[in-house]
Amino acid sequence: MSVVLVDAGGTNIGSVRYALQRLGVDAELTADAETIRAADKVILPGVGAAGPGMARLCELGLVDVMRALTQPVLGVCLGMQLLCTDSEEGHTECLGVIPGSVRRFTEAPGIRVPHMGWNQLVARQSHPLIAGLGYDDSAYFVHSYAVPAGEYSLATADFGGDFSAVIARDNFHGMQFHPERSAAVGARLLKNFLSL
Amino acid sequence: MLSRRLIPCLDVRDGKVVKGVQFRDHVVMGEIVDLALRYRDEGADELVFYDITASPEGRSVDRDWVERVARVIDIPFCVAGGIRSVDEARAVLHAGADKISVNSPALERPALIDELAAAFGVQCVVVGIDSLRDTDGEWRVRQYTGDPDKTQALARKTLDWMLEAQQRGAGEIVLNCMGSDGVRKGYDLEQLSVARAVCHVPLVASGGAGVPEHFRDAFVEADVDGALAASVFHSGAIAIPELKKYLRAQGVAVRL
Repeated sequence: MSVVLVDAGGTNIGSVRYALQRLGVDAELTADAETIRAADKVILPGVGAAGPGMARLCELGLVDVMRALTQPVLGVCLGMQLLCTDSEEGHTECLGVIPGSVRRFTEAPGIRVPHMGWNQLVARQSHPLIAGLGYDDSAYFVHSYAVPAGEYSLATADFGGDFSAVIARDNFHGMQFHPERSAAVGARLLKNFLSL
Repeated sequence: MLSRRLIPCLDVRDGKVVKGVQFRDHVVMGEIVDLALRYRDEGADELVFYDITASPEGRSVDRDWVERVARVIDIPFCVAGGIRSVDEARAVLHAGADKISVNSPALERPALIDELAAAFGVQCVVVGIDSLRDTDGEWRVRQYTGDPDKTQALARKTLDWMLEAQQRGAGEIVLNCMGSDGVRKGYDLEQLSVARAVCHVPLVASGGAGVPEHFRDAFVEADVDGALAASVFHSGAIAIPELKKYLRAQGVAVRL
Protein backbone atom coordinates (compact mmCIF):
# COMPACT_ATOMS: atom_id res chain seq x y z
CA MET A 1 0.00 0.00 0.00
CA SER A 2 1.34 3.44 -0.89
CA VAL A 3 0.60 6.30 1.48
CA VAL A 4 1.65 9.85 0.72
CA LEU A 5 1.90 12.86 2.95
CA VAL A 6 1.15 16.03 1.05
CA ASP A 7 3.97 18.46 1.72
CA ALA A 8 1.94 21.61 2.24
CA GLY A 9 4.52 23.06 4.59
CA GLY A 10 3.02 21.99 7.91
CA THR A 11 5.43 21.56 10.78
CA ASN A 12 3.79 18.34 12.04
CA ILE A 13 4.77 16.35 8.95
CA GLY A 14 7.63 14.65 10.78
CA SER A 15 5.39 13.59 13.66
CA VAL A 16 2.72 12.17 11.35
CA ARG A 17 5.35 10.32 9.40
CA TYR A 18 6.81 8.78 12.57
CA ALA A 19 3.33 7.76 13.74
CA LEU A 20 2.76 5.94 10.45
CA GLN A 21 6.17 4.26 10.79
CA ARG A 22 5.12 2.98 14.20
CA LEU A 23 2.20 1.35 12.38
CA GLY A 24 4.58 -0.18 9.85
CA VAL A 25 3.87 2.23 6.99
CA ASP A 26 6.57 4.29 5.34
CA ALA A 27 4.80 7.31 3.90
CA GLU A 28 6.36 9.34 1.14
CA LEU A 29 6.45 13.08 1.58
CA THR A 30 5.55 14.72 -1.70
CA ALA A 31 4.12 17.75 -3.45
CA ASP A 32 4.06 16.02 -6.84
CA ALA A 33 0.59 15.82 -8.40
CA GLU A 34 1.18 12.50 -10.19
CA THR A 35 2.53 10.81 -7.05
CA ILE A 36 -0.45 12.05 -5.05
CA ARG A 37 -2.96 10.89 -7.68
CA ALA A 38 -1.35 7.44 -7.82
CA ALA A 39 -1.25 6.84 -4.05
CA ASP A 40 -3.59 4.42 -2.27
CA LYS A 41 -4.04 6.81 0.64
CA VAL A 42 -3.42 10.53 0.86
CA ILE A 43 -2.81 12.42 4.09
CA LEU A 44 -2.88 16.21 4.28
CA PRO A 45 -1.23 17.27 7.53
CA GLY A 46 -0.99 20.85 8.61
CA VAL A 47 -0.16 23.21 11.40
CA GLY A 48 -0.50 26.93 10.95
CA ALA A 49 -3.06 29.25 9.44
CA ALA A 50 -5.70 28.53 6.76
CA GLY A 51 -4.68 31.37 4.42
CA PRO A 52 -1.02 30.38 4.04
CA GLY A 53 -2.08 26.71 3.91
CA MET A 54 -4.36 27.27 0.91
CA ALA A 55 -1.84 29.64 -0.69
CA ARG A 56 0.75 26.89 -0.49
CA LEU A 57 -1.59 24.35 -2.15
CA CYS A 58 -2.27 26.94 -4.89
CA GLU A 59 1.44 27.57 -5.47
CA LEU A 60 2.05 23.85 -5.75
CA GLY A 61 -0.83 23.54 -8.24
CA LEU A 62 -2.53 21.03 -5.95
CA VAL A 63 -5.96 22.58 -5.37
CA ASP A 64 -7.74 20.83 -8.23
CA VAL A 65 -5.62 17.72 -7.75
CA MET A 66 -6.80 17.39 -4.15
CA ARG A 67 -10.44 18.08 -5.04
CA ALA A 68 -10.45 15.38 -7.72
CA LEU A 69 -8.98 12.57 -5.60
CA THR A 70 -11.10 9.43 -5.33
CA GLN A 71 -8.97 7.33 -2.93
CA PRO A 72 -9.27 7.78 0.86
CA VAL A 73 -7.98 11.18 1.92
CA LEU A 74 -7.31 12.26 5.51
CA GLY A 75 -6.82 15.86 6.61
CA VAL A 76 -5.22 16.33 10.03
CA CYS A 77 -5.77 19.48 12.13
CA LEU A 78 -5.40 22.39 9.69
CA GLY A 79 -5.45 19.76 6.93
CA MET A 80 -8.98 18.83 7.98
CA GLN A 81 -10.05 22.48 7.95
CA LEU A 82 -8.65 22.89 4.44
CA LEU A 83 -11.00 20.14 3.23
CA CYS A 84 -14.02 22.20 4.30
CA THR A 85 -15.84 24.96 2.45
CA ASP A 86 -14.23 28.02 3.94
CA SER A 87 -12.51 29.37 7.03
CA GLU A 88 -13.14 32.43 9.10
CA GLU A 89 -9.37 32.54 9.59
CA GLY A 90 -8.25 35.15 7.07
CA HIS A 91 -11.61 34.69 5.23
CA THR A 92 -10.15 31.84 3.25
CA GLU A 93 -11.88 29.76 0.63
CA CYS A 94 -10.86 26.15 1.19
CA LEU A 95 -11.04 22.98 -0.91
CA GLY A 96 -14.77 22.56 -0.32
CA VAL A 97 -14.89 18.76 -0.49
CA ILE A 98 -16.63 18.52 2.90
CA PRO A 99 -19.40 21.08 3.43
CA GLY A 100 -18.82 23.17 6.53
CA SER A 101 -17.42 26.50 7.63
CA VAL A 102 -14.47 26.76 9.97
CA ARG A 103 -15.14 29.19 12.82
CA ARG A 104 -13.03 30.61 15.63
CA PHE A 105 -13.82 29.46 19.15
CA THR A 106 -15.47 32.13 21.26
CA GLU A 107 -13.67 32.85 24.51
CA ALA A 108 -15.81 32.48 27.61
CA PRO A 109 -15.22 31.72 31.29
CA GLY A 110 -13.21 28.48 31.30
CA ILE A 111 -12.98 28.49 27.49
CA ARG A 112 -9.43 29.59 26.77
CA VAL A 113 -8.37 29.81 23.17
CA PRO A 114 -6.41 28.02 21.76
CA HIS A 115 -8.19 24.81 22.72
CA MET A 116 -5.14 22.92 23.89
CA GLY A 117 -5.08 19.49 25.50
CA TRP A 118 -6.90 16.18 25.70
CA ASN A 119 -10.62 16.18 25.12
CA GLN A 120 -13.15 13.35 25.02
CA LEU A 121 -14.38 12.09 21.67
CA VAL A 122 -18.08 11.29 21.37
CA ALA A 123 -19.12 9.08 18.45
CA ARG A 124 -22.07 10.49 16.50
CA GLN A 125 -22.31 7.99 13.65
CA SER A 126 -21.15 4.50 12.94
CA HIS A 127 -18.23 4.62 10.51
CA PRO A 128 -15.17 2.42 9.92
CA LEU A 129 -12.88 5.40 10.58
CA ILE A 130 -13.98 5.50 14.22
CA ALA A 131 -14.39 1.77 14.73
CA GLY A 132 -13.40 0.78 18.25
CA LEU A 133 -13.69 4.28 19.64
CA GLY A 134 -14.69 3.82 23.26
CA TYR A 135 -16.43 5.83 25.93
CA ASP A 136 -13.89 8.05 27.72
CA ASP A 137 -11.42 7.94 24.82
CA SER A 138 -9.61 11.26 24.46
CA ALA A 139 -7.47 12.83 21.79
CA TYR A 140 -4.99 15.69 21.81
CA PHE A 141 -6.17 18.98 20.31
CA VAL A 142 -4.31 22.21 19.62
CA HIS A 143 -6.32 24.73 17.60
CA SER A 144 -8.24 28.00 17.70
CA TYR A 145 -10.65 27.29 14.84
CA ALA A 146 -13.10 24.43 14.42
CA VAL A 147 -16.02 23.15 12.35
CA PRO A 148 -19.27 23.18 14.34
CA ALA A 149 -20.97 19.80 14.75
CA GLY A 150 -23.06 18.92 11.71
CA GLU A 151 -24.31 16.13 9.48
CA TYR A 152 -20.77 15.13 8.42
CA SER A 153 -19.46 14.87 11.99
CA LEU A 154 -18.51 11.29 12.85
CA ALA A 155 -17.34 12.26 16.33
CA THR A 156 -17.53 15.48 18.26
CA ALA A 157 -15.86 17.04 21.27
CA ASP A 158 -17.16 19.72 23.60
CA PHE A 159 -15.40 23.02 24.09
CA GLY A 160 -18.01 25.67 24.77
CA GLY A 161 -20.26 23.66 22.44
CA ASP A 162 -19.90 20.59 20.27
CA PHE A 163 -17.53 20.77 17.33
CA SER A 164 -16.40 18.23 14.73
CA ALA A 165 -13.51 16.12 15.97
CA VAL A 166 -13.78 13.58 13.15
CA ILE A 167 -15.55 14.39 9.90
CA ALA A 168 -16.16 12.56 6.64
CA ARG A 169 -17.88 12.85 3.32
CA ASP A 170 -17.42 10.23 0.63
CA ASN A 171 -13.67 9.53 0.38
CA PHE A 172 -12.64 12.67 2.28
CA HIS A 173 -12.00 12.45 6.02
CA GLY A 174 -10.67 14.79 8.65
CA MET A 175 -9.43 14.70 12.23
CA GLN A 176 -9.25 17.99 14.08
CA PHE A 177 -7.00 16.55 16.78
CA HIS A 178 -3.52 15.16 16.30
CA PRO A 179 -3.79 11.36 15.97
CA GLU A 180 0.02 11.23 15.83
CA ARG A 181 0.06 12.69 19.35
CA SER A 182 -3.02 10.98 20.80
CA ALA A 183 -1.40 7.83 22.19
CA ALA A 184 -3.26 4.52 21.67
CA VAL A 185 -6.51 6.24 20.64
CA GLY A 186 -4.75 8.14 17.87
CA ALA A 187 -2.90 5.06 16.66
CA ARG A 188 -6.19 3.16 16.50
CA LEU A 189 -7.85 5.86 14.38
CA LEU A 190 -4.85 6.16 12.05
CA LYS A 191 -4.89 2.40 11.64
CA ASN A 192 -8.60 2.59 10.83
CA PHE A 193 -7.83 5.12 8.10
CA LEU A 194 -5.11 2.92 6.64
CA SER A 195 -7.64 0.04 6.55
CA LEU A 196 -10.34 1.97 4.65
CA MET B 1 -14.79 18.07 28.38
CA LEU B 2 -11.22 19.29 28.18
CA SER B 3 -8.93 17.48 30.63
CA ARG B 4 -6.46 19.14 32.95
CA ARG B 5 -2.95 18.15 31.94
CA LEU B 6 -0.18 16.53 33.97
CA ILE B 7 3.15 17.46 32.47
CA PRO B 8 6.44 15.95 33.61
CA CYS B 9 9.21 18.41 32.97
CA LEU B 10 12.57 17.06 31.93
CA ASP B 11 15.43 19.48 32.38
CA VAL B 12 18.10 18.55 29.88
CA ARG B 13 21.77 19.29 30.33
CA ASP B 14 24.50 17.84 28.10
CA GLY B 15 22.01 15.35 26.67
CA LYS B 16 20.88 13.97 30.06
CA VAL B 17 17.82 14.66 32.19
CA VAL B 18 18.84 16.52 35.36
CA LYS B 19 17.07 18.09 38.29
CA GLY B 20 18.22 20.85 40.62
CA VAL B 21 16.76 22.27 43.80
CA GLN B 22 15.62 25.87 43.34
CA PHE B 23 17.36 25.80 39.97
CA ARG B 24 20.78 24.90 41.52
CA ASP B 25 22.88 21.78 42.17
CA HIS B 26 21.87 19.54 39.28
CA VAL B 27 21.76 15.77 39.64
CA VAL B 28 21.55 13.43 36.62
CA MET B 29 18.15 11.64 36.58
CA GLY B 30 18.48 9.51 33.44
CA GLU B 31 18.49 9.23 29.64
CA ILE B 32 16.08 11.42 27.70
CA VAL B 33 14.40 8.77 25.56
CA ASP B 34 14.11 6.28 28.46
CA LEU B 35 12.39 8.82 30.69
CA ALA B 36 10.18 10.06 27.86
CA LEU B 37 8.97 6.52 27.20
CA ARG B 38 8.43 5.83 30.88
CA TYR B 39 6.19 8.89 31.22
CA ARG B 40 4.29 8.06 28.06
CA ASP B 41 3.60 4.59 29.44
CA GLU B 42 2.47 5.99 32.79
CA GLY B 43 -0.09 8.28 31.16
CA ALA B 44 1.60 11.68 31.15
CA ASP B 45 -0.47 14.05 29.03
CA GLU B 46 2.43 15.97 27.63
CA LEU B 47 6.17 16.38 28.15
CA VAL B 48 8.31 19.47 28.36
CA PHE B 49 12.03 19.38 27.73
CA TYR B 50 14.05 22.34 28.92
CA ASP B 51 17.62 22.57 27.69
CA ILE B 52 18.55 24.53 30.77
CA THR B 53 22.08 25.40 29.70
CA ALA B 54 21.24 26.54 26.17
CA SER B 55 20.23 30.12 26.98
CA PRO B 56 23.02 31.05 29.41
CA GLU B 57 25.57 29.56 26.99
CA GLY B 58 24.10 31.52 24.08
CA ARG B 59 23.44 28.44 21.96
CA SER B 60 20.28 26.82 20.64
CA VAL B 61 18.88 23.48 21.73
CA ASP B 62 20.60 20.37 20.39
CA ARG B 63 18.16 18.84 17.90
CA ASP B 64 19.36 15.29 17.76
CA TRP B 65 17.44 14.15 20.78
CA VAL B 66 14.34 16.06 19.67
CA GLU B 67 14.09 13.78 16.68
CA ARG B 68 14.84 10.67 18.73
CA VAL B 69 12.03 11.56 21.13
CA ALA B 70 9.62 12.40 18.29
CA ARG B 71 10.12 9.00 16.70
CA VAL B 72 9.14 7.00 19.77
CA ILE B 73 6.67 9.25 21.59
CA ASP B 74 2.96 9.43 20.76
CA ILE B 75 2.00 12.21 23.14
CA PRO B 76 2.74 15.89 22.57
CA PHE B 77 5.95 17.47 23.69
CA CYS B 78 7.35 20.94 23.94
CA VAL B 79 10.98 21.94 23.64
CA ALA B 80 12.56 24.94 25.30
CA GLY B 81 16.05 26.25 25.50
CA GLY B 82 17.74 29.13 23.75
CA ILE B 83 15.41 29.33 20.73
CA ARG B 84 16.23 32.78 19.42
CA SER B 85 14.84 32.91 15.89
CA VAL B 86 12.12 31.64 13.60
CA ASP B 87 14.69 29.46 11.83
CA GLU B 88 15.80 27.80 15.06
CA ALA B 89 12.19 27.25 16.07
CA ARG B 90 11.40 25.76 12.66
CA ALA B 91 14.26 23.29 13.00
CA VAL B 92 12.97 22.11 16.38
CA LEU B 93 9.38 21.83 15.11
CA HIS B 94 10.51 20.00 11.98
CA ALA B 95 12.51 17.63 14.16
CA GLY B 96 9.14 16.66 15.63
CA ALA B 97 8.41 18.90 18.60
CA ASP B 98 4.78 20.01 18.84
CA LYS B 99 5.45 23.29 20.56
CA ILE B 100 8.40 25.48 21.33
CA SER B 101 8.78 27.46 24.51
CA VAL B 102 10.73 30.67 24.76
CA ASN B 103 11.84 32.36 27.93
CA SER B 104 15.13 34.31 28.16
CA PRO B 105 15.38 35.04 24.40
CA ALA B 106 11.85 36.54 24.46
CA LEU B 107 12.96 38.81 27.29
CA GLU B 108 15.99 39.85 25.26
CA ARG B 109 13.83 40.59 22.23
CA PRO B 110 10.05 40.47 22.81
CA ALA B 111 9.29 40.71 19.05
CA LEU B 112 10.48 37.10 18.84
CA ILE B 113 7.04 36.07 20.17
CA ASP B 114 5.28 37.97 17.35
CA GLU B 115 7.56 36.41 14.75
CA LEU B 116 7.03 32.87 16.04
CA ALA B 117 3.26 33.30 16.22
CA ALA B 118 3.16 34.69 12.68
CA ALA B 119 5.30 31.85 11.34
CA PHE B 120 3.72 28.87 13.10
CA GLY B 121 0.48 30.03 14.72
CA VAL B 122 -0.04 30.86 18.38
CA GLN B 123 -0.76 27.21 19.22
CA CYS B 124 2.93 26.37 18.77
CA VAL B 125 4.21 29.22 20.90
CA VAL B 126 4.63 28.79 24.65
CA VAL B 127 6.15 31.53 26.76
CA GLY B 128 7.87 30.39 29.94
CA ILE B 129 8.15 32.92 32.72
CA ASP B 130 10.47 32.51 35.72
CA SER B 131 9.07 34.61 38.51
CA LEU B 132 10.15 35.45 42.05
CA ARG B 133 8.59 37.70 44.67
CA ASP B 134 10.83 40.60 45.65
CA THR B 135 11.05 42.10 49.11
CA ASP B 136 8.62 44.86 48.11
CA GLY B 137 5.96 42.17 47.50
CA GLU B 138 6.00 42.42 43.68
CA TRP B 139 6.53 39.36 41.51
CA ARG B 140 9.23 40.07 38.97
CA VAL B 141 10.78 38.16 36.12
CA ARG B 142 14.13 36.38 36.28
CA GLN B 143 16.29 35.73 33.23
CA TYR B 144 18.93 33.06 32.43
CA THR B 145 17.79 30.92 35.35
CA GLY B 146 19.49 27.82 33.91
CA ASP B 147 22.78 29.00 35.39
CA PRO B 148 22.73 30.51 38.91
CA ASP B 149 25.82 32.59 38.13
CA LYS B 150 24.11 34.20 35.15
CA THR B 151 20.59 34.59 36.55
CA GLN B 152 19.41 38.18 36.40
CA ALA B 153 16.61 39.92 38.27
CA LEU B 154 14.69 42.18 35.91
CA ALA B 155 12.66 45.31 36.62
CA ARG B 156 9.84 43.74 34.59
CA LYS B 157 6.81 42.75 36.63
CA THR B 158 5.60 39.22 36.05
CA LEU B 159 1.98 40.15 35.36
CA ASP B 160 2.94 42.93 32.93
CA TRP B 161 5.12 40.52 31.01
CA MET B 162 2.38 37.90 30.99
CA LEU B 163 -0.03 40.38 29.41
CA GLU B 164 2.52 41.54 26.86
CA ALA B 165 3.42 37.98 25.91
CA GLN B 166 -0.24 37.19 25.22
CA GLN B 167 -0.70 40.35 23.16
CA ARG B 168 2.33 39.38 21.11
CA GLY B 169 1.05 35.89 20.39
CA ALA B 170 1.78 33.46 23.21
CA GLY B 171 -0.60 30.51 22.91
CA GLU B 172 0.25 29.20 26.37
CA ILE B 173 2.02 30.48 29.45
CA VAL B 174 4.12 28.36 31.80
CA LEU B 175 4.61 30.17 35.07
CA ASN B 176 7.63 28.90 36.98
CA CYS B 177 7.21 30.12 40.53
CA MET B 178 10.83 30.04 41.60
CA GLY B 179 10.14 30.64 45.27
CA SER B 180 8.32 27.31 45.53
CA ASP B 181 10.37 25.31 43.00
CA GLY B 182 11.99 22.07 44.09
CA VAL B 183 10.93 22.25 47.73
CA ARG B 184 7.68 20.28 47.39
CA LYS B 185 5.57 22.54 49.61
CA GLY B 186 2.91 23.08 46.98
CA TYR B 187 2.36 25.31 43.98
CA ASP B 188 2.31 29.05 44.60
CA LEU B 189 -1.49 29.30 44.60
CA GLU B 190 -1.50 32.99 45.40
CA GLN B 191 0.65 33.92 42.45
CA LEU B 192 -1.07 31.44 40.12
CA SER B 193 -4.53 32.78 41.03
CA VAL B 194 -3.47 36.33 40.30
CA ALA B 195 -1.86 35.17 37.05
CA ARG B 196 -5.00 33.23 36.08
CA ALA B 197 -7.04 36.41 36.22
CA VAL B 198 -4.88 38.04 33.53
CA CYS B 199 -4.08 34.92 31.52
CA HIS B 200 -6.63 34.28 28.77
CA VAL B 201 -4.68 31.48 27.11
CA PRO B 202 -3.89 28.11 28.72
CA LEU B 203 -1.86 28.52 31.91
CA VAL B 204 0.51 25.87 33.23
CA ALA B 205 1.67 25.89 36.85
CA SER B 206 5.28 25.04 37.60
CA GLY B 207 7.25 24.75 40.80
CA GLY B 208 6.45 23.17 44.14
CA ALA B 209 4.49 19.93 43.64
CA GLY B 210 5.10 17.50 46.50
CA VAL B 211 1.91 15.53 47.14
CA PRO B 212 -1.26 14.78 45.12
CA GLU B 213 -3.21 17.47 47.01
CA HIS B 214 -0.91 20.11 45.52
CA PHE B 215 -2.07 19.19 42.02
CA ARG B 216 -5.70 19.25 43.09
CA ASP B 217 -5.21 22.69 44.66
CA ALA B 218 -3.58 24.08 41.52
CA PHE B 219 -6.43 22.82 39.32
CA VAL B 220 -9.34 23.59 41.63
CA GLU B 221 -8.18 26.71 43.45
CA ALA B 222 -5.92 28.39 40.89
CA ASP B 223 -7.86 27.00 37.89
CA VAL B 224 -4.73 26.25 35.88
CA ASP B 225 -5.00 24.15 32.71
CA GLY B 226 -1.90 22.10 33.33
CA ALA B 227 0.49 21.30 36.14
CA LEU B 228 4.14 20.72 35.50
CA ALA B 229 6.37 18.80 37.89
CA ALA B 230 9.77 17.17 37.80
CA SER B 231 11.31 15.75 40.96
CA VAL B 232 8.16 14.09 42.36
CA PHE B 233 7.71 12.24 39.08
CA HIS B 234 11.39 11.45 38.45
CA SER B 235 11.88 10.07 41.97
CA GLY B 236 8.71 8.01 41.84
CA ALA B 237 7.32 9.82 44.89
CA ILE B 238 4.11 10.34 42.91
CA ALA B 239 3.00 7.82 40.28
CA ILE B 240 0.94 9.39 37.50
CA PRO B 241 -1.75 6.66 37.26
CA GLU B 242 -2.55 6.94 40.99
CA LEU B 243 -2.40 10.72 40.83
CA LYS B 244 -4.93 10.74 38.00
CA LYS B 245 -7.29 8.40 39.84
CA TYR B 246 -7.07 10.63 42.88
CA LEU B 247 -7.74 13.76 40.82
CA ARG B 248 -10.73 12.23 39.09
CA ALA B 249 -12.17 11.20 42.46
CA GLN B 250 -11.72 14.82 43.50
CA GLY B 251 -13.81 15.95 40.54
CA VAL B 252 -10.93 17.12 38.37
CA ALA B 253 -11.30 16.21 34.68
CA VAL B 254 -8.31 14.08 33.72
CA ARG B 255 -7.56 11.60 30.96
CA LEU B 256 -7.41 8.02 32.24
